Amino acid sequence: MTPYVKAPKIRELGYELKVRDVMDRNLITVQPETPMSKVRGVLRLNRISGIPVIDKGKLVGVICVEDLVNWLMARADNCSVEEKMSKNVVTLYTDEPLIHAINKLEQYGFFHFPVLERENRELAGTITREGIIRGLLKKLEIDYREEEIRHYRASHVFEDMIADKTSLIFQYYVVGQDFNRAGESASALKKTLKRLGTHPEIVRRAAIAVYEAEMNLVIFARSGEIIVKVDPNQIRIEVEDSGPGIPDIEKAMQPGYSTAPDWVRELGFGAGMGLNNIKKCVDEMNVTSTIGKGTRVEMYVATKKESVSYEVKGTG
Amino acid sequence: MKLGKIKEILEAKVIVGASLEREIRMICACDLMSDVLSCVQSRFSSLLLTNLIHPQTVRTAEIAEIPAICFMRGKEPQDLTMDLAKKNGIVLLSTSFSLYEASGRLYKEGLPGCSEYREAK
Ligand SMILES: Nc1ncnc2c1ncn2[C@@H]1O[C@H](COP(=O)(O)OP(=O)(O)OP(=O)(O)O)[C@@H](O)[C@H]1O
Ligand SMILES: [Mg+2]
Repeated sequence: MTPYVKAPKIRELGYELKVRDVMDRNLITVQPETPMSKVRGVLRLNRISGIPVIDKGKLVGVICVEDLVNWLMARADNCSVEEKMSKNVVTLYTDEPLIHAINKLEQYGFFHFPVLERENRELAGTITREGIIRGLLKKLEIDYREEEIRHYRASHVFEDMIADKTSLIFQYYVVGQDFNRAGESASALKKTLKRLGTHPEIVRRAAIAVYEAEMNLVIFARSGEIIVKVDPNQIRIEVEDSGPGIPDIEKAMQPGYSTAPDWVRELGFGAGMGLNNIKKCVDEMNVTSTIGKGTRVEMYVATKKESVSYEVKGTG
Repeated sequence: MKLGKIKEILEAKVIVGASLEREIRMICACDLMSDVLSCVQSRFSSLLLTNLIHPQTVRTAEIAEIPAICFMRGKEPQDLTMDLAKKNGIVLLSTSFSLYEASGRLYKEGLPGCSEYREAK
């Protein structure tokens, strides 16, 4: 068990999956007064290596192959399960992350654990090594397939459309001065571009550029919108607001120039680096602005493989 | 270096995130979001050290594809910040060290800044 739990992906799934997701719900149990002579049959019939012992709905012990072998070897008289079972049972709760189960299996060297419902401590199932492996494999397969399908559908959208020219347009409405929601459009666009199968470095550059422009909109204007046009060769992003406008665009583009108010600075913005960052991330950028009317930032990112530079320009 | 090792070096507490298996290659230590966005060159492998605990910090990390953030001087964020981190699979840590001390400790252990990392590549 040790080698595979070291794989990062498996560990991640170990936290994501809960014990209840992979436990065996097929409840095979015996009572304390069940005779030992019957245990062998139950184990064999169900192909299991241990059986929870239940008394009035509560777990009181576990009887396993080893207990049976010891009893057979001792050639003792028939007796009740209660006399031979282990009473100090290590259990798990249904809501624990699967990684706890994996760690416990390793720690104790057991092959199975009874699983209890946390609220009433009633037996809900058992967890076994096979169950864990099956659960992990299933989850890996589902995750993989879902991602494949989503990716396939979106990334083939351009090929599937029959037209001389195809482009997709995404529009986002941005509310100014609302810092809790600032960046939501950039985040949404980033996910969308990823699904379209855009190269990760292109996604990153476009996302950073849109985020900076969106933050400026939120900080300096009351409202505005972001219009993104994606075609097979390039992404065109337009961020337009009805804010105060920029008196001197050249000055605003200089690194370090900022008129951001103090409350913005307290949030980590207002270094005067935003427009400069945008310039570094995109292939072309135009800023137009009218005082009292608003500002428009237009950006282009090339996506065609031959014309793409995957490095962010300049140094940070 | 594994995030788990960094947690030990910074004697940090985990606020959000279950797995600390992530490999961290470089550190970005700053309180200016535009600097974060311009300095982190490589995706998926930096840790951001910062004093800012509001949701925008996590949003910035999401956009820049920074997988983990460590807050300084024992600061712990509010629910909104934590929710956003959970939703985006970003690990949040909190250390009692200051930004200077935390940076120094990690630098001493050989973790580069982002411009140095690029040179080494
Ligand atoms: N949409 C806008 N409306 C009005 N003024 C703007 C707008 N965008 C930028 N500006 C002006 O240009 C200046 C520089 O913008 P830039 O994004 O480079 O820096 P910043 O927003 O002040 O700080 P940072 O982006 O580093 O957080 C701003 O301080 C502001 O004066
Ligand atoms: Mg800005």
